[in-house]
Amino acid sequence: MSKRSADISTASMADISFLLLTFFLLTSSINTDLGITRKLPPPPEENQEIPEIKTRNVLQVLVNRSDKLLVQSKQIDISQLKEVAKEFLTNPANKQDLPEMEEKNIKNLGTVKVSKGIISLKNDRGTSYDMYIQVQNELTAAINELRSELSVQRYGVKFSELTNADYIDAISKAIPVAISEAEPENIGGTQ
Amino acid sequence: MARFKKKGSKAVPGINTGSMSDIIFMFLFFFMVITTIREVTLQVKLIPPQATEIQKLEKKSLVSYIYIGQPRKAVLGNESRIQLNNAFASVGDIQAFVQSERASRNEADKNFITTALKVDMDTRMGVVTDVKQELRKAGAFKINYSTRKKDKKQD
Repeated sequence: MSKRSADISTASMADISFLLLTFFLLTSSINTDLGITRKLPPPPEENQEIPEIKTRNVLQVLVNRSDKLLVQSKQIDISQLKEVAKEFLTNPANKQDLPEMEEKNIKNLGTVKVSKGIISLKNDRGTSYDMYIQVQNELTAAINELRSELSVQRYGVKFSELTNADYIDAISKAIPVAISEAEPENIGGTQ
Repeated sequence: MARFKKKGSKAVPGINTGSMSDIIFMFLFFFMVITTIREVTLQVKLIPPQATEIQKLEKKSLVSYIYIGQPRKAVLGNESRIQLNNAFASVGDIQAFVQSERASRNEADKNFITTALKVDMDTRMGVVTDVKQELRKAGAFKINYSTRKKDKKQD
């Protein structure tokens, strides 16, 4: 034994495990919840006046108990809903049967055309939740795409990548989430 | 004073740090085992629907959950039931549930509570609508439909 092998110093081991400990403490975010966020309207007051809305400003979306979709009295497939909703909310050709566009002055955005359109969503008690979410998803997608288009046009970045709270606010005002949910009906007789 | 004049005669032995890592590792495992985030045992079958336009729920401490789905135990039938905390509940219990959720939060946070609806995709809308009506009455307007993530189709 001419040479003794030197011991490995274990002093840094503690630091390493501390580092591991803090790393796991910081990164462990337990499965985050994902979903579609909505705001419910307050409960109707008694003898509340129902505001009159012109028929051209309403997009009626009905879902029946067998998950079929009826939009403006026409049966369409779920894949078409987004385009229909987008056309309804923008009225690009200025058609008479699509919603009026109102010029509004919005801070940070100037004068923009804000649609008066409201999407009225009505479902049966027997509609499946899956279908309901798909419809909500398509409508949200339509709004999100419009917001993104406007955001790219005005600020050069997508809506989801906007960081300035004022800009986000302005875009949200220009293209509001105009989805109204009617009290459901029990047409199909399901409980 | 003689007892203090031993300087140099004997080196103070260094503290052995070899076991330090074991202690820290024990800490690590202790925390790993103990941190089970307060989660309820699901009494209902729950496969949320998929969606593309989803948002992350911020601030988990401000979220209260309502679960709706078919009971796991076949004995209880296959009608969709509501689960609050760890037990089945009826539609009438929701307002009380919202109240208790509010009471358990800070005064400042009370208005920012989001109710996450974790609903199985096979549920009929009737139950969900009843729950939503109760939430409206209880004043819990911010809701979130929990979904799974689906990749966007490129077209």
